[in-house]
Amino acid sequence: MKKANIKLMEVCGTHTMAIAKAGIKKMLPGWIELVSGPGCPVCVTSQGDIDRAIEVARTKGVIMTTFGDMMRVPGTKASLEDTRRDGCDVRVVYSCRDALDIAGNNPGKKVVFMGVGFETTSPTVAATILEAKKKKISNFFVLSNFKLIFPALEAIARSKKLKIDGFICPGHVSVITGSIPYEKVAKRYRKPCVITGFEAADIFEGIGNLTKQVRMGTSKVEIAYRRAVRKDGNRLAKKIIGSVFKTSDCEWRGLGVIRKSGLKLKKEFREFDGEKEFDVKLPAIQKKKGCLCAEVLQGLKSPEDCKLFKKTCRPENPVGPCMVSSEGTCAAYYKYGDA
Amino acid sequence: MCLAVPARVKTVEGKEAVVDFGGVQKRISLGILYGVKKGDHVLVHAGFAIGKVKKAEAEETLAALEELKNVTKDYKP
Repeated sequence: MKKANIKLMEVCGTHTMAIAKAGIKKMLPGWIELVSGPGCPVCVTSQGDIDRAIEVARTKGVIMTTFGDMMRVPGTKASLEDTRRDGCDVRVVYSCRDALDIAGNNPGKKVVFMGVGFETTSPTVAATILEAKKKKISNFFVLSNFKLIFPALEAIARSKKLKIDGFICPGHVSVITGSIPYEKVAKRYRKPCVITGFEAADIFEGIGNLTKQVRMGTSKVEIAYRRAVRKDGNRLAKKIIGSVFKTSDCEWRGLGVIRKSGLKLKKEFREFDGEKEFDVKLPAIQKKKGCLCAEVLQGLKSPEDCKLFKKTCRPENPVGPCMVSSEGTCAAYYKYGDA
Repeated sequence: MCLAVPARVKTVEGKEAVVDFGGVQKRISLGILYGVKKGDHVLVHAGFAIGKVKKAEAEETLAALEELKNVTKDYKP
């Protein structure tokens, strides 16, 4: 097989899964290589942030809520699922609003939502916090581990270890942000960016457009997911994010601390800030021996390079977050092979 | 996790709507999207409508998907 000479990164975990499921890698010519990026929010949540959620869940009188994918992610000593097994009240919710409803129905408890996600998810949580304020619900708290994708994209574009020729950009983040924030990545780092939808046909269109740009030597931002993404995005959602959250430096698993890449609650919403409400002691972090999730998240290694993959690390007993999340690269490789 | 599923808006009541995901109906929030009307197609993420789907472009994609089905019909890996 001819060595790959065009390397594209699918940034979003939903793309990773869609690519694996449709077997797209096998249909591409050998000179196009796809690598997975840091866009699985469960996978990039730091071990310390998971430890904090676990310690808060162990606090007396707390009902911890989170998205289903977070339950099995191992912290330093346990996962949220283990914590539930120990008798703590930990519940899976579909929406942050479900957590607010639980708070309304349990006035004697403190209901905490452990929030992870990118720009797609953070406005839904910001809107829920505004609703809680309006309804004067005082037993609802958010542990905000929300992240911004653009600082991470820039960190990868700058990387000397990994030479990416172009980005398959996340469709649903872009529904909120629009295409304008990608202009900086395209211009400053000369990386073409194509905002892509999630059907196989969409993904082929994205790859096709990127390949054309790489061949022509251009680095433009294109919207291939035209049915859902507009240049200026969802203005109301962006306004709501800005009214509730402020940016802060944030640790990403695999990428380290990235400046101004996280979202924390503004002081006007301090009463809902789980980090301020619960002063918990965190265990000293021990890195999992042999786990390559950090390298996989940067596109530097494939799951098959990891000695634990399919051996001690399996979906029923995951060692690292990329195997836990249904959108993690390791989970995708386990289920569909290197498709 | 940035999964968003398209649905058709059945009814709008203030800042909430009932949407139909091809048979399954659900009440969602319109708290982060302006101007949603009955009959619109919206993308739903974590109980919220996050964006509208343009009908003409959606049909274009459906046509492309049909085409892809024909292309991959004879594909042998």
